[in-house]
Formats: sequence, structure tokens, C-alpha cells
Amino acid sequence: MSDQVDASRQRWFIDSADDELTIFERSRPGRRAFTAPLLDVPVRPLDELIAPELRRREPARLPELSEPEIVRHYTRLSKRNFDLDTGFYPLGSCTMKHNPKLHERVAALPGHAQLHPLQAPEDAQGALELMWRLQHALGEIAGLPHVTLQPSAGSHGELTGVLLTRAYHEARGERRTKVLAPDTAHGTNPATVTMAGYELVKIGTDEYGNVDIDDLRRHADDDVACLMLTNPSTLGLFERHIEEIARTVHDVGATLYYDGANLNAIMGVSRPGDMGFDIVHFNLHKSFTQPHGGGGPGAGPVAVAEHMEPYLPRPQVVMREDGSFDLDDDRPRSIGRVRGFQGNYGVFVRSYAYIRSLGAAGLREASTIAVLNANYLLARLRREGVLEYLPAAYDRLCMHEFVLSGAVMKRELGIRTLDLAKRLLDHGVHPPTVYFPLIVEEALLVEPTETETRETLDHFAAVVAEILREAARDPEIARTAPHTTPVRRLDEAGAARHPVVRQAL
Amino acid sequence: MSRYTAITEGDLREMLATVGVSSLDDLFADVPAGLRLEGPLALEDGLSEQEVYAELAALARRNLSAEEQVTFLGAGMYDSYVPALVDAITSRAEFLTPYTPYQPEVSQGGLQAMFEYQTAICELTGLPVSNASVYEGPSAVAAAGYLAKLHNGRGRFLVSAGVHPHAIEALATLARGWRMAVEVVDLRDGATTVEALRDAGLNEEVSAVIVSQPNFLGAVERLEPLVDAAHGVGALAICAADPVSLGLLAAPGAQGVDVVVGEGQTLGNHLDYGGPSFGFFAVTDELIRRLPGRLAGQTRDSEGKLGYVLTLQTREQHIRREKATSNICTAQALNALAGVVYLSWLGRQGLVELAELLVQRTAYARERLAAIPRVTLVHRQPVLREFAIRIDGDLDAVIARCREAGINPGYRYADDSLLVAITEKRTRTQIDLLADTIAEALA
Repeated sequence: MSDQVDASRQRWFIDSADDELTIFERSRPGRRAFTAPLLDVPVRPLDELIAPELRRREPARLPELSEPEIVRHYTRLSKRNFDLDTGFYPLGSCTMKHNPKLHERVAALPGHAQLHPLQAPEDAQGALELMWRLQHALGEIAGLPHVTLQPSAGSHGELTGVLLTRAYHEARGERRTKVLAPDTAHGTNPATVTMAGYELVKIGTDEYGNVDIDDLRRHADDDVACLMLTNPSTLGLFERHIEEIARTVHDVGATLYYDGANLNAIMGVSRPGDMGFDIVHFNLHKSFTQPHGGGGPGAGPVAVAEHMEPYLPRPQVVMREDGSFDLDDDRPRSIGRVRGFQGNYGVFVRSYAYIRSLGAAGLREASTIAVLNANYLLARLRREGVLEYLPAAYDRLCMHEFVLSGAVMKRELGIRTLDLAKRLLDHGVHPPTVYFPLIVEEALLVEPTETETRETLDHFAAVVAEILREAARDPEIARTAPHTTPVRRLDEAGAARHPVVRQAL
Repeated sequence: MSRYTAITEGDLREMLATVGVSSLDDLFADVPAGLRLEGPLALEDGLSEQEVYAELAALARRNLSAEEQVTFLGAGMYDSYVPALVDAITSRAEFLTPYTPYQPEVSQGGLQAMFEYQTAICELTGLPVSNASVYEGPSAVAAAGYLAKLHNGRGRFLVSAGVHPHAIEALATLARGWRMAVEVVDLRDGATTVEALRDAGLNEEVSAVIVSQPNFLGAVERLEPLVDAAHGVGALAICAADPVSLGLLAAPGAQGVDVVVGEGQTLGNHLDYGGPSFGFFAVTDELIRRLPGRLAGQTRDSEGKLGYVLTLQTREQHIRREKATSNICTAQALNALAGVVYLSWLGRQGLVELAELLVQRTAYARERLAAIPRVTLVHRQPVLREFAIRIDGDLDAVIARCREAGINPGYRYADDSLLVAITEKRTRTQIDLLADTIAEALA
């Protein structure tokens, strides 16, 4: 192993002999963290209240620990995570922008955090007004007049959007069976299509990274319910022919669906509604700063054009004539609920605070700087010579992210995109998204976001260049990376072959 | 320059030069001219941090929170006590700010917590496999319906009227796309019965029988006969369960239920006006490859050290695309983390003590309210943390009187009926106040 490896052996996590223990393995009979409140009512024999045959014979085997042990266990676990507050996280398609600290403070105010979802609307006016204002702001950003906040995540918003499409066509007496999506689409698009009861038809991509218009025309017929599109696409490119795409789709009576995963490129610059989209979902955990939480929670509001409004989920937040706010359940043509209660309100509080912080000018600035940072990083990588081994998949100005292909690197240097990603971990940088989009060989999808400094981008370019130089000398270092993380490369195939998905107790 | 970006004018000049364009607008050359916004969005100007705080705090003050009112509201979410250590752990940036653990070598903390969470859910539900969580309770029922559809391809769901109405509706919303019927089975004296299932047409076209434990009206269901009836026609048995109640009740999985789902809010998550919380989702071994969502699994690294990864990903949308078991791509990792920290805090004995406390206080409250003239119990089934009463009188006046006394008496699920929930925060004094206030209002 070379000196470079040892030089980057700066461990950022705590490592000790018993780190492998789970909370269950730390358990000892009789320890406890919970003290029950006083049993202040007359006690009746339990058997009278709930018959023995309805009850458990043995308590569930939850762990038994004191409070300090639990705190230490999870604090130590936390130190085995890389996180956005610690370092650069250019994960393409995920918009890992800074999560402002103010948002945590306001979301925790008891008036927001301790509000029961079934509280009467007159006693939840602040919450309803916040939701109403957020609906308006999102509608303005999308360029579409009506918004539901209910869906719980982007994928849930997609499902809602396709179900809205179904309701729209059925109300016109039509039973269309197909939904189109480009071959560059996020996996959630095709999965949503199936889950909503449609058949997926894939549309090809042309040599410039745009939707292949001829292929679209071939498949656009009156059996098509919808085209699902991400713009900028998952290749980080703006669809130059979006107006023609919209015309083609609308000419056959289908709806045009906007996957909002990449909205961070165009806020205040261009609006999906103006492009001809009928339905837009937002990822509040991407463009609107909800912390990702290690994989949730998020929220996936949906904005729609006038002709889709009657089908939005119920209830809708409305303003009454007297200026008060209410939940409107009286929506006879609604597709119905997609979940319980009113949606992920705690997420709405954070996203609303973000929109109020930035305002119109700030949102536009966020998007333009996101696009600047991406193009600058691409240019810096080019200057470092990185693109000789990792050429851009499409030689154009990118939007907020760009795709490199590791095919040359693999051939010339003998390391794969996965190896580069793992070696980046040794440098304290989270790797970009790898092996997506599927149509680019050995793909790396890089999204720096607007909240990173120029110095961070320069550093990333230098680190990638250094890894390539190192690979030219000794590819084994990257192939066996990471070297400095809490665990080394993990056997994912073995995990799937023999699934161990719970602790044996 | 906003406070969340850091590109100075000097940076901007040099960065544009590096890119080889002369202005920020040039970066958007691919956006057709007619589609570029000419003016600013019609949004208010941005504010300083303290101004945003003031506005959000003012909105919060216009909500009547569970800290300012003695609330007996439940019906799916509960004013449970969230211990301080839960917030302390979930607010750590290392848990709060990472993405889904796509790079397991730097996500061992989150992945191990998922594995521990999965283990705890398996213990509660009595099933061998739990995923890393789904969005929330009602949509988890809909997701369980999709699993059943994929599993046996049949055309009908029989859903007990004791399942949360939002869950029935969320399932119906999805089932329309599958051209499947959602048929609601009535309750008899508050409980789901085999006779009612038969009367509703339980046959071999039924994909799944879906019940709730305890049910929406608070009744503890006798699951075993219902499960046997479902299995008798080859249908799956799905149960939406309250996780705290499972501390005392027989685990549904041990009674033959194939899929146990539920709302996890009451495990260490704040009310948040309905979300975010998490849904749990557990299945039998037979159904593991139909499971939706993320699943953490144990494995070894290249040096033989124990570690964790997301596993069986060939079920999922990013691999299988249109053939995936679900379109879901996030769990509710942070909320599920709150769940496992909370369950560790309660511990083996604590969960039992908590559930018994709820049973005793609920029994007391039920008895006190039922003793009020013109108040009757909707059913006589055993209850754990919630029960339903019917009021023969002016319910509007009762609610108004309670509100004046600083009480929310419960969820009005029908014109003349209330669902009253008891949590560990509701003391005997508060229960007495509720009973006295209702009695006065009806007197």
C-alpha cells in the first residue's frame, strides 16, 4: 500500500472493539431507562379488562438498558455516518443542499410540533394558513394554479399524479392504457406507472441527450395517458424541444407530467406550467431543504393545471370568504386520500420557512448558482484533465448536475466508477450518484448544489484528479478502497443471498 | 447573495470565465426564450432569519397545541410523551442530514439503526421480516393491499369497518387503478366477526382480509378466527396494529397474520399535525421478496468485519423499475430511528408497564363516562387505549363546554359519537375533569 493511502488514514469516526454490538446485544436483564407515571386510578385485575387469551404470554424482547447506555450507543452509531453538515455530498439527483438550522427550531415550536392532526380547523388556523401559503408559493414556482400537499414523498407524488391522470381521462369516458417515460427516467417513474395500473412504454434518447422526438411521435397515440418527464433530465440537460414535446403529447389528448426531482435548476428561471406540463410534483426534501434524515422523511406536493383540479386528493386546504382557513372534504370528483391526515406538516414548516427566507430573488439565485456551480465544477474537472478519463456524457452546458462516463477510466486505468466512488470516501467526500442514468456506461451523476463554495468545488476536482493519478500508478488502491472508513467494502451479494434482516434473539 | 450561498462577485467573474460564458443568463441558453421568466416570481421578498422566526412563531401561536389543551384526541395519532433522549439523538446532524445509505461504508450508523429497528418491529408484530419503514400508517395499509394483489392476483379486498377510515380510503384510491373492489365489512358490537366476513361474501376471489388491532373504535379484535377464515379461502390476512398495544396483546404474527402494518407515530414521534411519522411493515418469510421499500441486512466487509447494507434491492424501483414491488424509494429513516430509540427507552418491561397503565386508565375513563346519564358505550368489547361513546344530547354544546374548560373531549367520528383516547399523559384528575364537564354539559 502506498504512502498516499496512509496519508489519508485520518479516521473521522470512533472505532473501538465493541462497536459491532447492537442495542440488543448491549441489553442486560433488569436495566431500564423508563419510569412509569403513577398509576393513579383504581386498579382492576387485568384478566377482567383483557382476557388472557388475547394477551401476549411473554413480553416483546426489547432491549434493557439505562438512559446513558442508550444515548452512548446511538451517539457512537451516529459517528459511523457521513453527513451533509460534515462534508461535501454531490449526490446527483438528490440535491444535497444545506439544511438551515432555523428550520429545526421553528418546526419544534409546540404550536407546530404538538398540534394534533384532528384538532378542529378553528384551533389550527396557523397551520392551515401556513399550508395555504405554501400551496400558493409552490403553485407560483411551478406556474400551475392548484396544489395538494398531501403526498409523503416524491414517489408518492408521482403516484398521485398518475392517478390524477387516470381520473381525468376516465371522467372523459376514456380508458387509456399506456404511460410513456424516457429511458433516462428515475426508477420511480416506471414503478409508479405499473403501480397505477398502466403499461410502461420507454422512449429513447437522442445523441444530444434530449428526448428522441421521432421515437416519441411513434409512440404517441390515443392509447397514451401521460408522458412522465424530468426537466432538466436526469442527464442534467434541459430538454430543448420541450415545447414540441408538449404539443405532441397534448395533440393525442395525453397529460404531461413533470418529475420535480430536478426543479432546483430552474426555480424562478422557467416554470413547468409555462412549458406545458399539466402535473408537477415537488420534492420538498430536495429543492426545499427538508433534511434527508438518512432516507426520509420527505414530502411530495403536486401542482396541477385548472383541468386537473377537481381530481386532487381530499381534503384540500381552502380559504373561506371570511378569510379563515379550512379543510375541504367535499370534493366529489377527488381521487380520494393517498394517506392519513393532511400530509407531512413538519416538512411543510421547514420548506415554508425556506421560501420566506429566500423570497423570489433568493430562489432564482439558488437555482442560478446551482447551475453555475455545476458548470464550474465540470470546467474545473476538465482543466484537471479528469475528463480525459471521465468524459462528460454530453458535451453541452449542463444545468444543476452533469453526467460523466467512467468507461475510458475503466479501460485505460483499470478502475471502475465504483472504485472511484469508494476511494472518494477515503478523502472525506461523499461520492456522486453512480451507475445512474442507466443509458450512460459507468455513469457518475454529479450535483454540487448552490450551497457549496468555490473552494469545495476546487478541492473535489483536485481529489478526483489525484485518485486518477494514483490509479495510473497503482489501481489496486482504488480497487480495494475504502481504506479509512468504519468498515471496508461490504459483501452486498452475500447479504442478498443469505438475508439476515433481524437480530437473532 | 443569500445567506445560504457563498459566491462573491469576484468568484462569479472567475467562475464564469472558467466555464467560458459571460453571464449567468448564458448558462440557460438551452431554455427556449419564450419559456424564460421575464420578471421575478410573484412571491414576497426574502426575510432575515429573525423575521422568519417571528412569522413562523406567530403562526404557531394560532394553533391550539396539545401542550395548551387537555386532549383526548386520538384516532390514529396520540399525544404520547416523547422522551428527551429521542429528540437529542434524532437531531444529531449525523442522523438528520445524510441521504439514503447508498454508500454503506460511510452509513453504518444509520444502517445498523435500521437493522435494530427492524428487529424491534419483528418482536412487536411476531413476524420474521420488517422493512426499514414506509411513509405512515394508512398508506402502509394501501401498500399491503398492493403486496396482496401482486401475491395472488385476486380481485377483491374485504376490509373491516374497524380499519382506520383514512386507510380504507387510501387503499380505495390505489385499488381503482388495479380495478379491484374494496368492500367494507360491518362491525358487530364493535368487532369484526367471521359471520360478517361470510355475509360480505368471503370467497376465493378475495385477495386479502384487512383488519385492525385494536380497531378504529378501540376494540381488541379476536384475530385467530378471522385469520383462519381468510386462509380458508386462500386470502392473505393483513392487520393494521397499534404498536404500543402490541406490548400487551398477542402478536398478530403469532396468530397467523401474514402482513402486519401500522402507524408508528406513538413510538417517539411528535404529532406534527399529522406527519412526518412512519409506517411499519412486517411480513412472513414467504413474502420477503414481495416486501416494498428499504431493508437493511447484515453482512461482512472484505476483512471479515460485521457490517450492514441495504439488501434484496432487486425488489426495488431503482433496479427492477416497472417490475418493482413498489415505487417507494425512501423509508422514514429518521422517524423510524425515533421509534427504535423510544422502544429501547421503554425496554422489555417498560412497554408492558406503559400498556398496562393505558389499559387501567382507559378502563377508569370508560367507566366514568359510561356512568353519565345520556352517555352510552358504542360497544362492549375489551379496549386498551381508546373507546367510543354515543351522546344522546347536544354534542356541539358538549364540545363547546369542554373547549371552555380547556379540554378536547375526543374525535367526533359520527354526528352523535366520540372516540376518546387515553395516553400516559392523561391523569386521573384530567379524566375526572372530562367526565365532570361532559356531565355538566348534558345536565
